Parts: sequence; structure tokens; C-alpha cells
Amino acid sequence: MVSGIHELSNIELDVLKEIGNIGSGNAATALAKMLNRKVDMDVPRAKILEFKEVSDTLGGAEIPVVGILLKVSGDLTGNIMFILQQHAARMLVNMLMGRTSGIDEEFSEIEISALKEIGNILAGSYLSALSALTNLKIVPSIPDMAMDMAGAILSVPAIEFGKVGDTVLYIETEFSEGSEKVVGDFFLVPDVDTYDVLLKALGVIG
Amino acid sequence: MDNVIKVGMADLQSSRHPCSITTLGLGSCVGIALYDSNTKIAGLAHVMLPSSQQARNNSNIAKFADTAIVKLVDDMISLGAAKNRIVAKLAGGAQMFSFNDASEMMRIGARNVAASKEVLQVLRIPIISEDTGGNYGRTIEINSGSGILFIKTIGHGLKEI
Repeated sequence: MVSGIHELSNIELDVLKEIGNIGSGNAATALAKMLNRKVDMDVPRAKILEFKEVSDTLGGAEIPVVGILLKVSGDLTGNIMFILQQHAARMLVNMLMGRTSGIDEEFSEIEISALKEIGNILAGSYLSALSALTNLKIVPSIPDMAMDMAGAILSVPAIEFGKVGDTVLYIETEFSEGSEKVVGDFFLVPDVDTYDVLLKALGVIG
Repeated sequence: MDNVIKVGMADLQSSRHPCSITTLGLGSCVGIALYDSNTKIAGLAHVMLPSSQQARNNSNIAKFADTAIVKLVDDMISLGAAKNRIVAKLAGGAQMFSFNDASEMMRIGARNVAASKEVLQVLRIPIISEDTGGNYGRTIEINSGSGILFIKTIGHGLKEI
């Protein structure tokens, strides 16, 4: 019985990291298609953090960020969240819509739907990689978005991780288009009950 | 105030006067600020989940409302606070995402607030003010001189409770 990320073996952790690699690789391809430009991706970094360190991940607990959350149903249930700093979100929206709005400008309604769509596509491509790898049926919900302090947004996946352990696992991905860099973090949080389903499907546990 | 103590997620701290104790970016988590105005001893807990009873792994007592509040009170008493003088202020417990089903995950903020109130009631610690719920994050700071709890938000103003 798996009871927390800190209790996962190195092999299990490597598998989860690899999912992160493939998933965010897929996401970069999707982003390139959407922007109709070449998008490069650095090798994603899988990170495991204690709760106390979590809120510093995106540059500080009070930094404004955008979080896009999708629920997952099917063989695997849980949540997936994509978080990026607000100025990075602004850059993505500007790229997508061919605008040059200042980074501190508020998002208009149409820009918010564009952002949700970006999150939807990124998280969706992450999940389809996972689904292909595991043969599990994974169905994402429509996305919901929130903009607020990093700590507050991060509390949502952190609490889910908190039900099983004292650490958070996430995948940090850096996309770049020309000289512009966008750093985003993926949090895949399987429900407590389906943790074992995921590891079993990956052949990690029998 | 020169002595600012930071409280992380699933963490708790207490101190004698003079100090400020702060926790940044509370979302669905709840901040429980305790204060004894006589000794000016202050304490702050940042809890993530309502109850250690339902958890598979409950070794981290600062993570749960039930165990964290009891520990914080004990810590303050050992610093010299008197239990019957301690009062509480609550903040946080927001619902950051608005998915319209009332799933357990979505209501976690409200459940954290309810659990904190229950524990405080059992301990007979009065709640003198609160700023809970909503859909936004809060940074909070308790000042040991006044016992005032300062609340900062993005786009929802500043508050003192």
C-alpha cells in the first residue's frame, strides 16, 4: 500500500518523473501548434518538496499566479493543475492573440477564455501521454481557472497531497519561444484510492 | 516590529512579546491566531486538513486542525500564557476554484474552518473575530503588542480584525 510520495521507491519516482517528461513534451508540441511557432522545452524537472517549501516554488507565496485546474475521471480519478506566474500567463496570451499588452494589465474576458484553453490543451496533452503509457482511461473535465497569490493557489494540490503524506510532487517545465521563456508547473494529484491503480498500470507494483 | 516569525504550510509558531507572526498566501488552509493579551504571547498555526483521525498518515501534527490547535495552546502555556485568557482569530478557508459540484475537495476550506471552530469550542477558547471563506487568498500577520490580525489580499483589500 502506497501511503505517500516520500515512501515511494526510487523506481516508482523515476516512473512518475518519466510521465512528467513525456507529458510536458506533449504539452510543448501542443503549445507550438497553438502558437504556430517553434516552441522549445527544457528537460522538465520533477521536484519533491516539503509543505514548508511549497509556497516558494513560484517565486514566493504572495506572487500573483494563474492556476488552471482540471478534474480527472475514468480509471484514474484526481486532479491536474497547471500553474504559471501571472506575467508568464500574460506573455502566453499576448503570443497567442498577437497582442502587446503590458504585463501588469488585467485580463479581459476573452483573454481569460484563451488562458483556460491554453491550460486545457497543456493539461489535456499531459494526460493523453499518461493515458497512452498506462492504457488507463483518463477523462479530463472542463478547466476552471483562478488568479491569486501563489500560496493560495498551491494550497489546492498541496491539501490533496497532504491526505497521503507530507510532500508534494510536481513537474517544472520551461517553454521558450524565441527569447521569451515561460515557466509552468504541473501538479498531477491522483486521488488516494487510485494511487495504486496508477502504479499498477505502470507496472511498478503488482 | 523587528522580530517577524514566518509560519509555513502545515506549521505552527508561538512567541513572547515583542513579535509578529505571519503566514503567507493562505488559500483553503486556515490560519488560527491565538493571543493572550495579559502576557502578550501570540501564536499562529497554518493547518491544511480538518482532522488527524481520518488521515492515513497523521505524524505531522501541525497539518491538522484538531492536533495543531492543541499543540499551539500547549506551546503558549509553556511560554507563560494562561489558557483561560487565550482568544482566537481565524482567517482563510477559501474555495479557490468554483467547480459547481460540491465535492469534498472543493469544500475543504469550509470544512477546515468548521473543524477549527469545533476544536476551539472544546478547548473553551473564544473566537473573537474571523475573516473566512470567499474565493481569494490571504496573507495574515498577528502583532503581539496589540493582538491585531492584519489581513492582506490581492484585489480584496486590507483588513484588521
